[in-house]
Amino acid sequence: MSVLASQSAAASPAMDPTRSFQGLLLTLQRFWAERGCVVLQPYDMEVGAGTSHPGTMLRSLGPKPWKAAYVQPSRRPKDGRYGENPNRLQHYYQFQVILKPNPPNLQELYLDSLKAIGIDVLLHDIRFVEDDWENPTLGAWGLGWECWCDGMEVSQFTYFQQVAGIECAPVSGELTYGLERLACYLQNVESIMELNFNGLDGDEKVTYRDVFLQAEQEYSRYNFEHADTAALFTRFAEAEAECRTLLDKGESGERHLMVQPAYDQCLKAGHAFNLLDARGVISVTERQSYILRVRELAKACGAAWLKTDGGGAV
Amino acid sequence: MPDLLLELFSEEIPARMQRKAADDLRKLVTDALVERGLVYEGAKAFATPRRLALHIAGLPVRGSAIREERKGPRVGAPEAAVQGFLKAAGLASLDQATIVSDAKKGDSYVAIIEKPGQETMAAVAEIVPAVIRAFPWPKSMRWGEASAAGASLRWVRPLHSILCTFGAETEEPEVVPFEVYGIQSGNVTCGHRFHAPGAITVRRFDDYVSSLEQAKVVLDADRRKEIILADAKTLAFAQGLELVEDEGLLEEVGGLVEWPVVLMGTFEGRFLEIPGEAIRATIRANQKCFVLRDPATGNLANRFLLTSNLMASDGGAAIVAGNERVVRARLSDAAYFFATDKGSLPDLDTLKDSAEKLGLDLAKPLDQRMAKLDKLGVVFHAKLGTQGERVQRIAALARELAPLVGADPELAERAAKLAKADLPTEMVGEFPELQGLMGRNYAELQGEKPSVCAAIEEHYKPLGPSDRVPTDPVSVAVALADKLDTLVGFWAIDEKPTGSKDPYALRRAALGVIRLVVENGVRLGLSRTLHIAGEIFLDFKAFENIDAITQQARSIEQQGFGKVDYSQRLRAAEHQFSAPVAAFIGSLVAMEGDLLAFFHDRLKVMLRDQGTRHDLVDAVLGEGASGSDDLLLITRRVAALGRFLETDDGKSLLAGYKRAANILRAEEKKDGEGAFAGAADLQLIAQAGLIEEKALAVALSQATPKAETAVAAEDYEGAMAALAELRPAVDAFFDKVTVNDSDPALRANRLKLLNQLREATRAVADFGRIAG
Repeated sequence: MSVLASQSAAASPAMDPTRSFQGLLLTLQRFWAERGCVVLQPYDMEVGAGTSHPGTMLRSLGPKPWKAAYVQPSRRPKDGRYGENPNRLQHYYQFQVILKPNPPNLQELYLDSLKAIGIDVLLHDIRFVEDDWENPTLGAWGLGWECWCDGMEVSQFTYFQQVAGIECAPVSGELTYGLERLACYLQNVESIMELNFNGLDGDEKVTYRDVFLQAEQEYSRYNFEHADTAALFTRFAEAEAECRTLLDKGESGERHLMVQPAYDQCLKAGHAFNLLDARGVISVTERQSYILRVRELAKACGAAWLKTDGGGAV
Repeated sequence: MPDLLLELFSEEIPARMQRKAADDLRKLVTDALVERGLVYEGAKAFATPRRLALHIAGLPVRGSAIREERKGPRVGAPEAAVQGFLKAAGLASLDQATIVSDAKKGDSYVAIIEKPGQETMAAVAEIVPAVIRAFPWPKSMRWGEASAAGASLRWVRPLHSILCTFGAETEEPEVVPFEVYGIQSGNVTCGHRFHAPGAITVRRFDDYVSSLEQAKVVLDADRRKEIILADAKTLAFAQGLELVEDEGLLEEVGGLVEWPVVLMGTFEGRFLEIPGEAIRATIRANQKCFVLRDPATGNLANRFLLTSNLMASDGGAAIVAGNERVVRARLSDAAYFFATDKGSLPDLDTLKDSAEKLGLDLAKPLDQRMAKLDKLGVVFHAKLGTQGERVQRIAALARELAPLVGADPELAERAAKLAKADLPTEMVGEFPELQGLMGRNYAELQGEKPSVCAAIEEHYKPLGPSDRVPTDPVSVAVALADKLDTLVGFWAIDEKPTGSKDPYALRRAALGVIRLVVENGVRLGLSRTLHIAGEIFLDFKAFENIDAITQQARSIEQQGFGKVDYSQRLRAAEHQFSAPVAAFIGSLVAMEGDLLAFFHDRLKVMLRDQGTRHDLVDAVLGEGASGSDDLLLITRRVAALGRFLETDDGKSLLAGYKRAANILRAEEKKDGEGAFAGAADLQLIAQAGLIEEKALAVALSQATPKAETAVAAEDYEGAMAALAELRPAVDAFFDKVTVNDSDPALRANRLKLLNQLREATRAVADFGRIAG
């Protein structure tokens, strides 16, 4: 059924995942929607990865079942290359799927999703290569794989074991598709900037370059040269303090009433740290201590989440 | 006899864990079988990415009866002991126990427990679930709905099915029935994920292997490796190229596929300007592909070999194209890194201070990187300062060490200053394993002297007991300085290795120093060298508050103390410095002796690993033995002593020494320690002594100074030869002379002679520490 659905979607070139970036995104969204996922929209804050979205980070904690899929713009200030590197961007898209608990056939579902976006598994070499995933700032780790297609990592497949320093019970399965890389492969182009964004031709064609090159250049200048480091240090400290304050004020007996605003502050601190790191003003030892500070916030937020309805508190 | 077949089918097992997991499975199951009296003919385990399998051949249907003896208390033991024994042995009363007699210990009870042989099916049904539950994966996980509850199965990745059959060749094997956390054992497995995903019903090992083969699964990892290697060589040969063999990579790749298909890809020739090691590193680490070389030139070719898991419907064209695309992207990155590293950094102005401090030439790219490393203030260790400070210390120490190893001090200093300069390069950032090697490359490109280039690469060496030891004097100087700085620093902040913990690889560093010194024949006064290294720590900013120390030290110097060494500084520190500063200096003083002992320990370990007797090292390092400060002399001395003790003279002299020492020990107990010190009275010997006594006195008076002179001249063979001359006199003395004569004067004099013998041997080694 899903294959049929995506085929009908592919009838329009604008929706064909093998020639349209947005078509890829929409095909994945549709695929997972048909498998019972809540389709969320990107979180409206700067985050480094889809995992940081509360839809994964918080929802993967506690006993309540949860299935969600969404695109998350991911900001990695350090990875910026002024738009000159064919494969590296400081802003890119991740497509994130989170299934709690993981269904027993998650690998098959994943392979079906590859088929849906036009990858023939008898033509391409799909492999699951060990990758122990860890996100130190979120206090999260899991076991799984990098998923390779013809030697290229196209997704990350993880069984969460711990999030915010808390054991996952039950375990969630997380799939993260690197959309730009996958699209380059499907469209057979060498550089992300060459991607056909809307799948159309001639005057109507919009490329990734048209949409994002200027942003890559501008943000690279900002990230590496002009971000105000003094202000960022202050911002980090303020966000950290506010996170703590909100966590304190949200305490209400057995319950917690303000986890998500507090978690937003944790994300803000994380982004300030990423920018400072890109500016090269954080030494190796300091780096560790900043990561630790963000992790402490994330852990506190995770613990508070378990005292909410969403976290399954009774 | 019947066979057992077991397969644990899961999601993809990490390649690096497969081989050990198969071994563990075999060992755990067979050990448990044997424990139950089930002896088998042969067992072999297998692993693929998705399965562990075990075949046990020649397993009887029923185990043999087991007879076990359990020792109990002696007859007449207290009631509590008797009751405990009965309970443990499962006996109702002592009537069921046997009494055994023992001449020494008397009568005691023994319980003889006979267990009938267990049905193999039943035993396996107990053993396998227990093995699965407690399987020793390096890392395991929980999954699925069951993970909501506390106790769920852990496996390396989700475990999907268990196949377990048992039966004779002539009959239909049965499924051994058991359940592990909801997984019921059966006789069904699956083939290749894409080529044969359907269920396969299995009877026993033979049809299991052939069915899998038909389903595009090669069960045996070694066979998969053979296929990959043979195909790789064939493909290479067809292109007139040679495979760059890589066992580690082959093992890994063999664990990533169930059905290996080797394919060749190409990359643009322009990438070959990147150093070959970097090409290999990127293709290996990121793509798990092999590289090829041109046998005529030895240079890498612009080809690579990938191992896919698929017989693709287009013959592999799409797979090759996809891999080429990735390799191209990776090599583009590497080429970009390489070009960037060869070029100038932006903002050179900001690096001026660092360049000046370190004496670097900012016109040169590698110098710029070192300046940047310093400027970034990258911390080496919180208490030991930054990388920049460390490089300053290493350069100063390399300069000091240069004359001792025959190196030009200027070159040693220059090499040391560039030794860590590749750390902030893009290439090393991406491939840390290329550190040193890239530094050498970049140094060559900017026209550094060959020995400087070599030292940049080699100063990390030797990395272990079998790694190559550099021989170029400049390399030796920098390699020594690098390691000594590390050792002295961590000793000074009291971060010494303890037990199995050695996070800073200090044992390896010490062994490196020893091998550098011994194998290059370097004469290094270790105490003095450690002292110099310690001084250098204080000369350069080494930890917080050091500014204060340095200032204080300068003011002390200005007050007319002259150049203060740190033991003087310590004395001053007690009055003038803050507590942590005084503590640091204090620990530098303590470091010298302690670190020297650590070196001795490492030397012992090294010599023991090389087959040298442990006690010989102790004897040479023993109390009273001189020259324990020079590692080269110690090893030479140990070797000479070893050879000497192989000779009859040596053995005999050692026996004589032991006899003398034993007598002295006994007599000193009576007369007191040191009662027989000093020279024997020659006149008394001349008047009343025996001829053998006189002979020994004469021999000692000749051999002792000879041995001492030889030792002073570092001629250990000569010293041993001098001692060997004592042998006839010593033998004759013990043969004819009664030491404990009734005449107290004669007795004391004879004991003095023996003491002189003991002292004479000490010139060479502490014979008391030699075994046997």
